[in-house]
Amino acid sequence: MQYSTKVMEHFANPHNVGEIPDADGVGYVGNPVCGDIMQLYIKVQDGVITDAKFKTFGCGAAIATSSMVTDMVKGKTIDEALKISNRAVAEALDGLPPVKMHCSVLAEEALASAIDDYYKKRVLPSPVKLKVGHEHEAD
Amino acid sequence: MRKVYFDHAATTQPDRRVVEAMLPYLEETFGNPSSIHDYGSAAKEAIEKARARVASLINAARPEEIYFTSSGAEADNFALKGIALGNQQKGKHIVTSQIEHHAVMHSAQTMEKWGFQVTYVPVDKYGVVDPADVARAITPQTTLVSIMHANSEVGTIQPIAEIARITRERGVLLHTDAVATVGIIPVDVKELGVDLLSLSGHAFYGPKGAGALYVHKGVRIVPFIDGGVQEGGRRAGTENVPAIVGLGVAAEIAKAEVPGRGAQLTPLRDRLARGLLERIDRVYLNGHPTQRLPSHVNVCVEYIEGESILLFLNMQGVAASSGSACTSRALKASHVLTAMGVDPALAQGSLLFSLGRGNTQEDVDYVLEVLPPIVERLRQMSPLYAARKDS
Repeated sequence: MQYSTKVMEHFANPHNVGEIPDADGVGYVGNPVCGDIMQLYIKVQDGVITDAKFKTFGCGAAIATSSMVTDMVKGKTIDEALKISNRAVAEALDGLPPVKMHCSVLAEEALASAIDDYYKKRVLPSPVKLKVGHEHEAD
Repeated sequence: MRKVYFDHAATTQPDRRVVEAMLPYLEETFGNPSSIHDYGSAAKEAIEKARARVASLINAARPEEIYFTSSGAEADNFALKGIALGNQQKGKHIVTSQIEHHAVMHSAQTMEKWGFQVTYVPVDKYGVVDPADVARAITPQTTLVSIMHANSEVGTIQPIAEIARITRERGVLLHTDAVATVGIIPVDVKELGVDLLSLSGHAFYGPKGAGALYVHKGVRIVPFIDGGVQEGGRRAGTENVPAIVGLGVAAEIAKAEVPGRGAQLTPLRDRLARGLLERIDRVYLNGHPTQRLPSHVNVCVEYIEGESILLFLNMQGVAASSGSACTSRALKASHVLTAMGVDPALAQGSLLFSLGRGNTQEDVDYVLEVLPPIVERLRQMSPLYAARKDS
């Protein structure tokens, strides 16, 4: 498996590992049968994501994308965060092997799920369209 | 940093004597074995010497029962397709198991696309095929049963001799994929009672690019590659002379060393298995407790995923492998563990340590020292572990 140096850096020393006990939104995507689960926590203040943390069960790419996406959302408004695509996460990591692109999809979905949860907690209509289930991209 | 190679199931380092024996055939003894002149006959002689050595290692009655191939995978393809096609006037049914190497399993699936029927017999929780299931699966249309000698992932050894008694009685041919056993434990085609057997040189300190299929004399098998007289007209193509020479030398060395190889590996294997179970919570040993290869320790580590463990192990100088989704690139849990009934989530955390003759007790102790903190670190990151602690 050829991972970029950036992926290996984020895998070996991931940023933002952990939980936020009083999180404003929590996302949970994936399932153990597929081999990856991401749990992503966000803290929101005045429409801006001030903190993000994660816990991930998965391969090197799953951990690296979790680390990267939590880095990327910090300081962004909800609207800006929703625009972070899986490709942007993969690019920020200097690319992922094709068979691992689904990990970046999972990161995007974990973020969307956390934002959706944020709206639900506030009993507000959520702008997030969640995908039902989690499908791997074909390799 | 210490370097520990625990991935002998993937490949082994060629023996120095193998490499030295190969070198002349990469240089001055370059002739084509089919040529009539001295260059050709020197190469031809070398190939026939290798053939006799491989035959001797597996106790085949005649050297001409050995067909050289490019790999174990090719030998498996040759056996399944060659026997199925060569005997289809009798019937179009094959019996194999759910835990075969993909070279057998995917060949069987291809045969299904070609109009053959295949029965995949199950295994028990240790990965053992029940000969009674094979007996039940055989129909009057069955031409071939293919069951691996030992599973390359979990190391479970199959009751091949017992299965052979059934296939012989029912007039069905028996093939065994012995890539995981030849050169590691004693393999005797007469004792096993098989009609065909696949082996691979790089699995036992030989070079890559050379494998062989043993075909019992008189067995009807169609050529695998058309186009030449090589390998009795059944496998055309100018022979890979250096690799075949290397395979022959590896076979000769193995014949002398195999009894000692098991004796050297077994205590290391047991020390590693015991140590892992003692030092790490929620680790499960896969495979049969006693009917197993001396080289394999396969475990599932709960709550974490195999590839991340392997990447961290690699950073500590330890080379191992995993049957898990990400490493096999299949994005699915190992079909072997699944067939054994291992929970699919747990199967994602599978690790295979395959030991070889260069390994020492210090290697085992080093892995036992570096692995627990890696597991702990990944578990601290895992939402599954957190959920377990909460509940």
